Amino acid sequence: MAPDGWLPFFERLEGTAFGTAIRESLWAFPIIESIHLLGLCLLGGALLVVDLRLLGLGLTRQPIEGLIRSARPWLFAAIALMLATGIPMFLSEAVKCFYNTSFWVKMIALPIALCFTLAIRRRMAGGAGRETSLGTRICGLASIALWFTVAAAGRWIGYSG
Amino acid sequence: MEGLLEWLGSTAWSVALLESFWVWPLLESTHVLTIALFVGIVAMNDLRLVGWAMRNVPVSQVTGRLLPWARVGFVLMVITGLLIFYSNPVRYYHNIFFRVKMVLLVFAGLNAFVFHRKIHRRVSEWDQDPVLPREARIAGAVSLVVWAFIVIAGRLIAYNWFDCDIQPQPGWLNWASACPTMAN
Repeated sequence: MAPDGWLPFFERLEGTAFGTAIRESLWAFPIIESIHLLGLCLLGGALLVVDLRLLGLGLTRQPIEGLIRSARPWLFAAIALMLATGIPMFLSEAVKCFYNTSFWVKMIALPIALCFTLAIRRRMAGGAGRETSLGTRICGLASIALWFTVAAAGRWIGYSG
Repeated sequence: MEGLLEWLGSTAWSVALLESFWVWPLLESTHVLTIALFVGIVAMNDLRLVGWAMRNVPVSQVTGRLLPWARVGFVLMVITGLLIFYSNPVRYYHNIFFRVKMVLLVFAGLNAFVFHRKIHRRVSEWDQDPVLPREARIAGAVSLVVWAFIVIAGRLIAYNWFDCDIQPQPGWLNWASACPTMAN
């Protein structure tokens, strides 16, 4: 999926001392992977509190703005945890990722999902008070769809060659 | 037990599941994604109980309006989990991480039971409080920790380090995994 010219760069990443240490350890990858999964759960919770509200479900008596603010520290913590564990996993098997279609689907969906959450969802929902509109519903649905793609593609990296 | 599980694993559907190219990965992916849905919402509920998130939202709102959405995840999570077990029953039965996960699931269930039956009954007394009574905070903290270890143990089931066919293993581990004694 990626240009062949990028391959040497991925080979160098995989050859780094950090990537090699993880690859050669029996426990490192499984433990990092488990923590990555914990980050996913936290991310799911922090996103859904707001996304359900945008859809007119869940905590409907709370203003959207307030919920976004309440969930934000946990959203950031989850993203930080996922990056801190995802990057080492990538480094340990960068060449496999290079040839892996699911990896590239995730790498395309991830920045879109991040930008959507940190810029668009925040702004779109910021103007809305307690009421749910067509706009907030589309926003909630788009957020769920984008992050679902990221998570599903992420899980599929392990299956596809 | 052993005979029952061996029979279960030899049924045509079990063999077909384990060998399927698409269905098994789809099952496991659904299991993982519904865990993110279920554990994610439960964790937000627990964080409110502990006092680390949504302190200005009444507890009854979180338990009454947000937490029910976790049920959607729960149902799918249990169905996919049972099917995954059905695809290879003997292997999972003896897997130490699977066993740890099952024990922890019982703990999580008991904690949720005590919370809903005892602690949450008096929610009207402290519904709006940013800092909740000690027992509510403890129930939230226990749930957070136990579910974290359930997720970790669940992920590690995939690794065969301690499976009965990998020997030698410490005696206590073979005992805890109920490995057939001939393996020693």
